Amino acid sequence: MIMEPLIPLYVILPLGAAFLIPVIGRLIKGFQKTITSLVFLFLLGLSIKFIISGINEPLSYRIGGWEPVAGIPIAIYFILDGLSIFMLCIVNLIAFLSGFYAISYIKKFTAENNFYALFSLMVAGMNGVILTGDLFNLFVFLEIAVIASYALVAFGIEKEELEASFKYQVLGGLASLLILFSIGLLYWNTKTLNIADIATIVKTGAYNKILIFSQLVLLAGFGLKAAIIPFHAWLPDAHSSAPSPISSMLSGVLIKAIGIYAIIRLFFNMFAISHEVALTLTTLGVLSMVIGSLLAIGQWDIKRMLAYSSISQVGYIIMGIGIGLLILTTNGNKTIAALSIFGGLFHLVNHAVFKGLLFLSAGAVEHRTGIRDLNKLGGLSGKMPITSSSSLIASLAISGIPPFNGFFSKLVIIIAAIQGQFYWLAGIAIVISIITLAYFLKLQKNTFYGDVKNKIDNIKEVPFTMCFSMIVLAILCVCLSLLIIPGIREAVIEPVVNTLINKANYLLILSEI
Amino acid sequence: MIVYLLCFILFLVGLFGVLTKRNVIKIVIGLSIMEFSIFLFFALIGYIDEGLAPIIVQNISSTKFVDPLPQAMVLTAIVIGLATNSMLLAIAIRLYKKYNTFDIRKINSLKG
Amino acid sequence: MNGMTPIVKKVTQLIVGLIFLYGIYIITHGHLTPGGGFAGGAVVAGSFILLVLAYGSDILKLKKREEGSSVVESLGIFLFIVLAFAAIFIGTKVFFANYLPKGVIGELISAGVIPLYNIAVGIEVAAALFTIFLALVIYKEEVLK
Repeated sequence: MIMEPLIPLYVILPLGAAFLIPVIGRLIKGFQKTITSLVFLFLLGLSIKFIISGINEPLSYRIGGWEPVAGIPIAIYFILDGLSIFMLCIVNLIAFLSGFYAISYIKKFTAENNFYALFSLMVAGMNGVILTGDLFNLFVFLEIAVIASYALVAFGIEKEELEASFKYQVLGGLASLLILFSIGLLYWNTKTLNIADIATIVKTGAYNKILIFSQLVLLAGFGLKAAIIPFHAWLPDAHSSAPSPISSMLSGVLIKAIGIYAIIRLFFNMFAISHEVALTLTTLGVLSMVIGSLLAIGQWDIKRMLAYSSISQVGYIIMGIGIGLLILTTNGNKTIAALSIFGGLFHLVNHAVFKGLLFLSAGAVEHRTGIRDLNKLGGLSGKMPITSSSSLIASLAISGIPPFNGFFSKLVIIIAAIQGQFYWLAGIAIVISIITLAYFLKLQKNTFYGDVKNKIDNIKEVPFTMCFSMIVLAILCVCLSLLIIPGIREAVIEPVVNTLINKANYLLILSEI
Repeated sequence: MIVYLLCFILFLVGLFGVLTKRNVIKIVIGLSIMEFSIFLFFALIGYIDEGLAPIIVQNISSTKFVDPLPQAMVLTAIVIGLATNSMLLAIAIRLYKKYNTFDIRKINSLKG
Repeated sequence: MNGMTPIVKKVTQLIVGLIFLYGIYIITHGHLTPGGGFAGGAVVAGSFILLVLAYGSDILKLKKREEGSSVVESLGIFLFIVLAFAAIFIGTKVFFANYLPKGVIGELISAGVIPLYNIAVGIEVAAALFTIFLALVIYKEEVLK
């Protein structure tokens, strides 16, 4: 097993930037913008380098260099396998683009240093959650990420922001407590915190009621963080009140990194999953998919509609993964399970890209007009061509229109559902896709087309940095469709699916040296 | 076993506070009570009958120590709890400034 | 914010130095006895908070102090990161490794880097708690106005 020396940089660099900014940012003008963009660009390059070189077996890094004693891992492990590098790539991509976008956007706020420091801190937390191989460490990084996000949601310190942040904090605090409680139960039962170590113990151990209970508590905790439907109350408020680059981070990657990623990692690689839990997960996914989209239709606030649509699209991801789990637990065909999980993960990366883009373009509209109400907007397509066309591409992609990326990921999920004989789920997925198209047409029509309202004359296109981020994401919306082409698919997403399906692969990190 | 039950009752007391109280500050207090019940649970996990504090000093006689790992975890969790609580209180004060009330029923500008 | 009565001021004057010293003691003996950076830092912050509460201060001064302490806080945690990062270049070349000589168990200067980590954490926690306190006081003053 190889110790990969570059792994801790994912945490060190954003953390170092976060604490350098308040000190040096006062002295040098523009330091905060430069350093955050450079750090995330570097980390993005590093992730792409790892993906290209290919990760066949998980790389690990033992913090502090503590060797295992008598087969018991003492050190905190950072683990880089197919799934984590995939997530790291998305997180740092969206972080770089949102940070770059924020350079122009954030000028209307006063405390730029604090904004960038909290932003870096949030990304450091997310990178840590994705890399760590230790349960308690996961909790600590998760808290770093969410505390930074609480502050960022309240960044505008107006009535709505504060109220949204308070709701978010109470429910987020509850979720953190549930997760902590579950970690306590697991430690009580297994006397270890290392995820791979727990996996070996759970595999050999007998059926255990406390383990089932801790699984459900974990599901509730991470479900609250990921805003799956019965736990979704905070998301529309928090995601619509935050500054737009932060909305795009929260909706694009935060709920995935600390919610869905943690669920996937723990339930595939740690627990011996039972059929009931798989069924629960799928049901929750379908529920969020349906209810989220039905709630989104009636919204008249752009960002609120996008936030509800996030709940619905997260439902697709959870459903894809849940179907895979269901097939695996009933000893069904492994290729169909792999296809379904592939669809879920593919939709995850696609959703990060187009939902990030949609929030950024909503932010551009708000930046120029100061209005978020769909009734008062209209006819912006002539005045803001870049914003309008990139938003149109993202809307088509999220509604599943070919040839954009959203079409292919939804198609894969639906094909997998049909092959696995879940005809109802496939039907629901198709219907929800049509509803998605309906409310995005409403958004497009009321914002960019139709009559120009008197109040919003003399509007210009947004500045360069905002345009740049939106154009890059719009190009990615088209290019990510290429991931479906056989040669590329095997190289990029197959390793991710393999780490999930072959549980033994993850346990390799214990058998080192 | 009774201590674990008491710990759980403490958790429920906190949950009751969060769910029923209308005052923002009382909700924060309820969250802290829940938090501390879980810290208590962690401290109980590591406890061993007649175990010593796990610190190495000269002339140590017993070889029975309590588990130090949950204690370390509780300390870390307390630090995190400090951060969340101060964040919540800061927001609560700002809310008071904007709405002139601590009543959660009157803080309702977000709907739908 | 107004100060308190002369009795409180006098008593504060007498004990605040001792509290501060006790905090420093807890920080520097973190690797030998219970306590360490967080507990000691909290005690040190307590001594500063006591001073502000007893003697009072006007809001402009408080704002200035808050800026200063938040810079110290960032520096404290940055020192921690630098100490941890330095391990990549020294000795076993692993992040967070203990690269200094370990010394004899039970002596003040022992346990390698851990006392240094404790000092960095102590600075960070003391400054952070003081900043939180000042921020809350400043909010309160602004709300009352």
